[in-house]
Amino acid sequence: MTEDSGLGSNRTRDPQTAREVEAPSPPHPIGMLAELTHRCPLGCPYCSNPLALDARGSELDTQTWARVFREAAALGVLHVHLSGGEPAARRDLVEIMAAAHESGLYTNLITSAVGITTTRLAKLADAGLDHVQISIQDSEAVSADQIAHYQGAFARKKELAAAIVRLKIPLTVNAVVHRANVDRIGAMVDLAIDLRASRVEIAHVQYYGWALRNRAALMPTAEQTARAIKTVEELRERHHGKIVIDAVAPDYYARFPKPCVGGWGRRSLNVTPAGKVLPCHAAETIPGLEFWSVRDHSLADIWAMSPSFNAFRGTDWMEEPCRSCARRDIDFGGCRCQALAITGNARAADPVCHLSALHGRMASLAAAQKNAPYVYRVFELSE
Amino acid sequence: MSETTPVIPINARPRLPRGVRLIHNEAHGGWVLLAPERLFKADAIAAEILKRCTGDATVDSIVDELASTYSAPRERILADVSALLKGLAEKKLLELEVQ
Repeated sequence: MTEDSGLGSNRTRDPQTAREVEAPSPPHPIGMLAELTHRCPLGCPYCSNPLALDARGSELDTQTWARVFREAAALGVLHVHLSGGEPAARRDLVEIMAAAHESGLYTNLITSAVGITTTRLAKLADAGLDHVQISIQDSEAVSADQIAHYQGAFARKKELAAAIVRLKIPLTVNAVVHRANVDRIGAMVDLAIDLRASRVEIAHVQYYGWALRNRAALMPTAEQTARAIKTVEELRERHHGKIVIDAVAPDYYARFPKPCVGGWGRRSLNVTPAGKVLPCHAAETIPGLEFWSVRDHSLADIWAMSPSFNAFRGTDWMEEPCRSCARRDIDFGGCRCQALAITGNARAADPVCHLSALHGRMASLAAAQKNAPYVYRVFELSE
Repeated sequence: MSETTPVIPINARPRLPRGVRLIHNEAHGGWVLLAPERLFKADAIAAEILKRCTGDATVDSIVDELASTYSAPRERILADVSALLKGLAEKKLLELEVQ
């Protein structure tokens, strides 16, 4: 068998379980991120949501999500990631889950655990929940709740994890790591094992959205980062067969860019709470792109024809050094949003790449660390 | 025979756990095993093995059945089945009930 990544995402696989496979041609998407709402009780300073959050009144209704799921399945999508914000903030989450399941999609609930009672979890399980991913902010409560900006979140996560395991639903623990907690990766993996997760993601912060705003406060040191990479390798060795450890690389310190979203418009799509369809969650930061909405178009038309999906699809849009690079079909030039944010040009090579003329900027940006208070992600209640 | 001795006990009854599903999908060219944040394209042999991982049949009986259905050498089938099941078990994508 050959393995493919569910979301075509930025993770590096536990190498003991990883194998690569070519995308089908023409591409059929395999994963869809359904951002059901931007509302969230937590305030994590690295939230991947945009700085301008969709208001509750603009959110898609249950029936529209049901149609989007049917269209996604028809388009070839296999995995749907029900996310947010906190998806549990939607009162109709059980109905949404049922609709996703009935359309034939594999359902992954990405949650902070806050807002999902044991009773509601049982209803979600009956509605067809396949897998849950719970975020943790640290290995111990005080620090974790401080990073989440929510008292009691850590305890709630442990309770929900236990309830998930009791229902025999597979559990992933997602640990986002940064300067304040990166030295406790081992303890976070131990926590995931204690919670009986089958999989843990050690995700170095990706600097978009709120994380970009908090970059100086979140960025780990070069020494911490080097140690973290070594730790993950050792933990994979030690826990092989017990828990799968996937990782999101600390790309400011890397020499090769990540194959962002598995290639633009190639593997995955992202539907915002208000119904805009994006090639990746940060795509709206690129000026001049035209995004289509599921309110006006079918998902198939958006995937095939919308200007934003075609803007960086394939390799024709590339400039040097990407255009003639042997790795262009491996990393697809890296991340367009990062290229824009750092170089000012969305067609440039991702400056993470050592072949980028601006690669040196990554090191100086990473070194610009400051112990400033976090700007917590807040959801404006005035809608 | 010692070299091909399976690490998977032959009397185990393999089962795909909740959250791991074998589906047939035209868009992706055939059998796909869906798992948490992972998917695997299953070739015809892998699909035939996975279809039988229901918790009812033992590894031994799955191998017998496939060897007879495909008129293939039993050692060869046993090696294929063991390799596939071991890989999945290591990824926490298979339950093995041993009586």
